[in-house]
Amino acid sequence: MAHDNSYVDKKFNVVGTRFNRPDGIDKVTGKARYGADASAPGQLVGKVLRSPHAHAQILKINTSKAEKLQGVKSIITFEDLPDLTGADQGMADILENCMARGRALYDGHAVAAVAAVDEQTAAKALKLIDVKYKKLPHVTDVDEAMLPTAPIIHDRIFTRGVEPKPTKPSNISSRTEMGNGDIEAGFAEADIIVEHSFKTEQTHQGYIEPHACLASVNPDGTAELWVTTQGHFVFRNVCAGLLGLDIAKLKVTSSEIGGGFGGKTHVWVEPVALALSRKANRPVKMVMSRDEVFRATGPTSSTSIDVKLGAKKNGRITAAIAELRYQGGAFPGNWAMLGCMTAFACYDIKNNKSIGWDVLVNRPKVTAYRAPSAPMAAFAVESAMDILAKELGMKAIDVRLKNVAREGTLAPYGPTYGPIGIEDTLKAVKAHPHMRAKLKPNQGRGVACGFWFNIGGQTSTDLNIGVDGTVNLAVGTVDVGGSRSSLAMIAAEELGIDYEDVKANIADTTSLGHNDMTEGSRGTFSSGMATIYAAREAIEVLKQRAAQTWGIPVEDVAWEAGHAVATGKGHGNLPKLSLREIAAKSGRTGGPIAGHNEVTADGAGMGFASHICDVEVDPETGRSTIVRYTVVQDAGKAINPDYVEGQFQGGATQGIGWALNEEYIYGDDGRLQNPGFLDYRIPVCSDLPFIDTKILEIPNPNHPYGVRGVGETSIVPPLAAVANAIANATGVRMGHAPMSPPRVLAALDALDAG
Amino acid sequence: MSKSTLVSTTVNGDAVEFACPADESLMTALRDRVGLTGVKEGCGTGDCGACSISLDGRLVCSCIVLGVEAEGRSIETVEGLSQNGVLHPLQQNFIDHAALQCGICTPGFLVAAKALLDRNPNPDESEIRYALAGNLCRCTGYDKIVRAVQATAKDMRKKGRS
Repeated sequence: MAHDNSYVDKKFNVVGTRFNRPDGIDKVTGKARYGADASAPGQLVGKVLRSPHAHAQILKINTSKAEKLQGVKSIITFEDLPDLTGADQGMADILENCMARGRALYDGHAVAAVAAVDEQTAAKALKLIDVKYKKLPHVTDVDEAMLPTAPIIHDRIFTRGVEPKPTKPSNISSRTEMGNGDIEAGFAEADIIVEHSFKTEQTHQGYIEPHACLASVNPDGTAELWVTTQGHFVFRNVCAGLLGLDIAKLKVTSSEIGGGFGGKTHVWVEPVALALSRKANRPVKMVMSRDEVFRATGPTSSTSIDVKLGAKKNGRITAAIAELRYQGGAFPGNWAMLGCMTAFACYDIKNNKSIGWDVLVNRPKVTAYRAPSAPMAAFAVESAMDILAKELGMKAIDVRLKNVAREGTLAPYGPTYGPIGIEDTLKAVKAHPHMRAKLKPNQGRGVACGFWFNIGGQTSTDLNIGVDGTVNLAVGTVDVGGSRSSLAMIAAEELGIDYEDVKANIADTTSLGHNDMTEGSRGTFSSGMATIYAAREAIEVLKQRAAQTWGIPVEDVAWEAGHAVATGKGHGNLPKLSLREIAAKSGRTGGPIAGHNEVTADGAGMGFASHICDVEVDPETGRSTIVRYTVVQDAGKAINPDYVEGQFQGGATQGIGWALNEEYIYGDDGRLQNPGFLDYRIPVCSDLPFIDTKILEIPNPNHPYGVRGVGETSIVPPLAAVANAIANATGVRMGHAPMSPPRVLAALDALDAG
Repeated sequence: MSKSTLVSTTVNGDAVEFACPADESLMTALRDRVGLTGVKEGCGTGDCGACSISLDGRLVCSCIVLGVEAEGRSIETVEGLSQNGVLHPLQQNFIDHAALQCGICTPGFLVAAKALLDRNPNPDESEIRYALAGNLCRCTGYDKIVRAVQATAKDMRKKGRS
């Protein structure tokens, strides 16, 4: 059945109200089962041996002593995994990242793995594995890695996107260029030109639950994987592809997920656990330590960015150019390209250009982190906007409003915008009481904007109605932020029943069609769309059953407020039938009543936000404290406002952590010096004030309820909002994030020194 | 296999015995040997608070206590918070105020918040924030957690007066 995804303005009964989440009781009582909370009969404990070197040739791995240790059941190295050299390079990279093949490419790169009867035995076995390394020169800084003298990480990589085609390998995996208009003409028109360079350090998603899984492979090739993941269907396909398993025979169940933020879109220990299990013929459980999570799983890029803006005296920007350098770790990515796409997306700038350089370094393979690549680009561009405003003698918010993107603006990355919310968020900020609140000494206020695309993607949903009229909703996107509640609300809205009568569950890979990764803020958008369509299909069945019961044509039956109603002439005296009544008779009227939907959810609505940040800077220590913070974001339609606010607050807090403290610190030896929560400091409760939120609702025209994604955009503005606040508090422009106390203090001292 | 020691404890009011190697953390013993997987591992180094428990009435990170140290002592975990099927007011308020998203930090926050309210039934916002500063949450920005604890303190004071 074809469905129309157009937005229809209507009055909602359930959607837009606040309901408690269905997984709440399990999560407050300790019953909820996460990645590390499963066990299987006869299970072994798996552990990984990791490289202590930033870059080294692996001369020899001797596992013979470890194999002889009592209780060791299997040991694997790259030799136990398929050699995908020459096959799909993306898959080969994923496998090589899971287990080094000939060379260790970063501190923490997996070199061997053991499965043993218990934790202690596995740990002992790791120590008995003898690896002979030959250390190689390394590079961890993005700018240094681009120099012609830098050690080359992969001699198979030649820079894509440059003419003529390079003849020598390079750490620059690709160059991207995009934009509109004539950049030189634009700068020629400008009355004022500002330029600034920025750096951002590498941060980690910092989910509190480490990666964990329980894998079991049988000799006949059937297998099961219990895993904390943002996409069990994708994990299934990837693991099956890497290990030569049949997709249908690998059942992947997503556990409760203890945070992901993009970091659980990628496989790390899962293929290793499956390989260990296959070799030992026993279930293998693997739980990463926090040290392993930091050293070997998906941080975001560190970057180096230059921005130049030209404007007329009236504040209208005539030209904007950014050059963005993003490192993707030891494997190629397209992170700079995403930076290019997002950099100027909030503005209507006739002449704009973004040049991106994707760069390899000896650091862990970069993975998506909430609106990946956008926060760094926004840090640079939104800081530059404030620098421009100062030069123009205009209010920072007015310069933004003067240049703001609207419906019909040609986006720098190609499309022409439909209805978007950036102007509304800026106007809401301007009108917000926060903007008029008085500041104390050493305090400053900053504003910044942010953009994220949001995505849709492949989605499959089943809705089954029980004989008592309660409803099971099986979805295939993972609940990372309360989506089971939102999706149950949507099903209740469509069917016209109570929220409490719908139970949403995350189905395993054998129970539902393929679902793409839960990323790009797509969970509630796309599974919501599929839920609406599945419910509408179930309603068609319900109407048919009512028509059959009444003996009238189905065309004469309507669905109103949870009831079948006879509408045609001459049926006026038929009493309406409730969903519950129809369901009770389903066994005699044609069998179970259900609705299904498989869809590629197109038309995700772009997300825009503007944030206000008040910061107090201690002039003696350089420490910055957030004293007030307000998030204004367009949600399209907030299904459950509680959890939309939660996304706004959580994203803003991650951005604040990035702005003020969080960073990967590498030593000269190329080793990560702070792989733990003590030294990699994420914001704690006492660091923060309440995070005020304002939800705007500018409907997405391509979703029946107007939903846009809401999960990611909130992390985009904070870096610049904090930087702009610090600049207004101190007169110091911080171009290097995090703006940690030592960096701010050094900048204050430099200012004093004149 | 490492040699194990038998440990006798009281867990959530029940007598519980388990055997664990001398170098095993109390967190691992509670999770893997007693079956209390509500005790969560976030770091294993006492930095995130997800494994918070009450040990003889004192709030500790169970990942930096050894299992054998629990000999003869009384342990309370998140599993012991609700009584006779009724959620503790903190648990109910965490649900009502949407104070959890992924929920992995929630057991630790509940145990830490209970420890706070047990000793200070009327904490101000700052006292709540500092009492919970040893528990990391990456999803919520702490806003709704603080509000849930404030609401609980208010509810419990009201109930105490009636």
